[in-house]
Amino acid sequence: MSTAEAIPRIGLTARVLSKFGLNGRALVIAVPLLWLTVFFLIPFLVVAKISFSEAMIARPPYAPLWEYGENGEFIWNAQLGNYSYLWEDSLYVNSYLSSIKIAGISTIFALLVGYPMAYYIARAEEPKRTLLLLLVILPFWTSFLLRVYAWIGFLKSNGVINNILMSLGIINEPIVMLQTDFAVYLGIVYTYLPFMILPLYANLVKLDSSLLEASGDLGAKPATTFFLITLPLSMPGVIAGCMLVFIPAIGEFVIPSLLGGPDTLMIGKVLWNEFFSNRDWPVASAVAIAMLALLVIPIMVLRRAQGAENAHV
Amino acid sequence: MAKQAVAADTRPWADPTAIPFIRIKNITKKFGDFTAVNNVSLDIYRSELFCLLGGSGCGKSTLLRMLAGFETPTSGTIEIDGQDMSNVAPYDRPTNMMFQSYALFPHMSVEKNVAYGLLRDGVAKEECAARVAEMLKLVKLGDFAKRKPHQLSGGQRQRVALARSLIKKPKLLLLDEPLGALDKKLREETQFELVKIQESLGVTFIVVTHDQEEAMTLSTRIGVMNAGEIVQVDEPRNVYEEPNSRFVADFVGSVNLFEGEVDAGAADKLRITAPNSGGDIIVDPVAGLKAKQKVWVAIRPEKIRLTRENPKGLANERQGVVEEVAYMGDISVYKVHLDNGAVIKVTEPNITYVDNPIKWDEHVWLSWSSSDGVVLTQ
Amino acid sequence: MSRRGWFLPIAAILGFAFLYLPMISLVVFSFNENKLVTVWSGFSTKWYGELFRDPQILGAAWISLQIAFVSATLATVLGTLCGFVLERFGRFRTKSLLTGLSTAPLVMPEVITGLSLLLLFVAMEAIFGWPDGRGMLTIIIAHITFTMAFVTVVVQSRLSDMDESLEEAALDLGARPVRVFFDITLPVIAPALVSGWLLAFTLSLDDLVIASFVTGPGASTLPMVIFSKVRLGVSPDINALASLIIGVVSIGIAIAAWNLRKQVMK
Repeated sequence: MSTAEAIPRIGLTARVLSKFGLNGRALVIAVPLLWLTVFFLIPFLVVAKISFSEAMIARPPYAPLWEYGENGEFIWNAQLGNYSYLWEDSLYVNSYLSSIKIAGISTIFALLVGYPMAYYIARAEEPKRTLLLLLVILPFWTSFLLRVYAWIGFLKSNGVINNILMSLGIINEPIVMLQTDFAVYLGIVYTYLPFMILPLYANLVKLDSSLLEASGDLGAKPATTFFLITLPLSMPGVIAGCMLVFIPAIGEFVIPSLLGGPDTLMIGKVLWNEFFSNRDWPVASAVAIAMLALLVIPIMVLRRAQGAENAHV
Repeated sequence: MAKQAVAADTRPWADPTAIPFIRIKNITKKFGDFTAVNNVSLDIYRSELFCLLGGSGCGKSTLLRMLAGFETPTSGTIEIDGQDMSNVAPYDRPTNMMFQSYALFPHMSVEKNVAYGLLRDGVAKEECAARVAEMLKLVKLGDFAKRKPHQLSGGQRQRVALARSLIKKPKLLLLDEPLGALDKKLREETQFELVKIQESLGVTFIVVTHDQEEAMTLSTRIGVMNAGEIVQVDEPRNVYEEPNSRFVADFVGSVNLFEGEVDAGAADKLRITAPNSGGDIIVDPVAGLKAKQKVWVAIRPEKIRLTRENPKGLANERQGVVEEVAYMGDISVYKVHLDNGAVIKVTEPNITYVDNPIKWDEHVWLSWSSSDGVVLTQ
Repeated sequence: MSRRGWFLPIAAILGFAFLYLPMISLVVFSFNENKLVTVWSGFSTKWYGELFRDPQILGAAWISLQIAFVSATLATVLGTLCGFVLERFGRFRTKSLLTGLSTAPLVMPEVITGLSLLLLFVAMEAIFGWPDGRGMLTIIIAHITFTMAFVTVVVQSRLSDMDESLEEAALDLGARPVRVFFDITLPVIAPALVSGWLLAFTLSLDDLVIASFVTGPGASTLPMVIFSKVRLGVSPDINALASLIIGVVSIGIAIAAWNLRKQVMK
């Protein structure tokens, strides 16, 4: 395709709309932009501001960032106490590290389970393929909360799995599965599996099967073809799927609350407790800001992977 | 409909007093660093069927889109019927466009598609219905009015697109590769239909195409484009018989091109020393050439005569061996390897040798007259 | 790659079993006679009856449905505008900002979104006096904000697949840009709007974390009620609720699948 044909017809509507005068076009842009700025961007600034404040018994429970003293002088109340508190108290550092670890391990498991499923669906023929896709999407549309709840029934000491294993005589005493890190891995993989499968599927379905046939024709065994051809080409999908699991999983609250134990440290739970139990809004804010900083890199990786995926097309 | 005199008959471009209907003046279009259209100027007359011919990336589609109003020129102006089109939006222009992909609205029936433009002009419903019915009859789709685009074949969709774009009787109709998606047979039939419709309605057409056969069949005049510039504008016969450059000679039809030098020769004939052609080439005299000037000679394959014996009598003669024969039904294409190593392409109608076809490795004579070669200086 | 043999089909079957067994057990045990959700003692529909007699759950369900309906509709409007702007408006000064803001909610952990919105509402109340306390309105605002990102992605993707020459043809035939949007663009992308709405609806209905942060007295959503119940242990009326939801969704998906087949066959 020549460069001229590859030139996107960018901004046709733009050029036409600009004949409306700046007003029409700017107005249309302003509506979503304003909403998102007010209700998404500014809240982060508020969080940042409060993270520099001191907790107080007051409504709201934090000191103002600046105020005027008795003689009218300007007092600046910002302080890094909350952040140093985060750093010093090992709970927070451990929670961050634990969250990364748990999210990371879950992501890997999700990849191991999801990749073969995505591959199978991508290679299937219609109408089986659409049916399988719908089967993958269906759990996504049912309540996330209730699906996590389902695992409670499975993993309890007198739950389904233990009952079956005991009645089959495989074990004598129930295995402790609930309230463990293991249950959290299971929960995350279970609920985020569609997020892993769908981007992988989108990538694999575009894979030209003649590439695989050529590889086989040139003498490669199926496993070799997979590792040398399929896997590298599916990388953008792999990265997208992993990031779509890893990033939200770090901040998960529901799964560690319901399935994890008291020593399952995840930063989402910590933030919740800081806010609802301790009522320490400034520290909760500092936790949030630190979490955001942590996530910047994975989010950028995801953006780049999505860009690579679009370039592939 | 009484047939009006169209440009094909009156040839207004040859008339110095005729006023052009479309004036494209020094149009340039840049996309960032890339220049898609470079200082193009063109005059097109009313009721012409003008073809912009060129390969991928030559800028012809960009030029068409600027005429329609979908791109704004970086510099230059476009006038249609005396009216400057700068700052005029596509919906206010007296132009209509037939898109390469047809762009039929998938959620509307054929009727509604064709009626869309009229309704935007505020035409009353009864008149609209009548005009739509008339137009559908013209493109032979009267029975398909209620169907949706996905229920039509490719050829039928093309006719809907044509009907939709003609119904507003635009001053200028722009067609972007209108026949590209059709198979060969359908394309030939549609080409003639297109010309018939154009002549009966008298609308000015500008067609963009990369198919030079199509351009030759359809147009009153062809504008050959290359790398954003117009290289030659002329009637099809002249573009074919008298190309002004190697590019045009090679793009339109096939050609043998030989590089050579002007030899100061005799008064009534010009001699070009062209070792690649296996000897000197004799052509009719051309004004303005200097001795030792580097030129090219273009000779069309059908103008070279292929014989088994020495023909004697034509100004140019060569001998060689047939290297390749491609049988095409009506003609055969021969590649003849000359004694000095050059290869010349010759076509002959098969009727000439029907009883005793020329075969590979036969020794043959090639000959052409002095008026058969065209001298090119660029 | 049919010569893959046994590995892929087995892996796929195991994967789907993993996905569905917990849900199937939920449904099965919702018909269980006894309270223990894990030992079968007999068939009974009594838990469904209990479910429909529980005012807390019914009240919360009603509140959640209202919130979901309103926020999905408004999120679809805003998300469609946003997707259209990003895809069709070419370059403009605030484009990178809008792109970032419209897609960040997709991956933002809910605790952060929830906390930040609550702090915003508190600050706004202190400065402007609005919102006057928190409740359904603040939940709706919060849900619109995070679900519109999903609608934007769906709409943008559909628009980029759409043949832009359809819109150009309409302009060429004399329609002004606003007319083109309503006559041509919207009808062609309509299925994407529907799936965007459904997506926003489901996400809103299902949200626990954000609602917990921004809610106020008297506005308990269904997920909040479910969460407080299951924290204390399993509860068969929750199984009944889950089965109902699974049933509704399955029927919905079956209808969608049937529609899809009809369209393909046309």
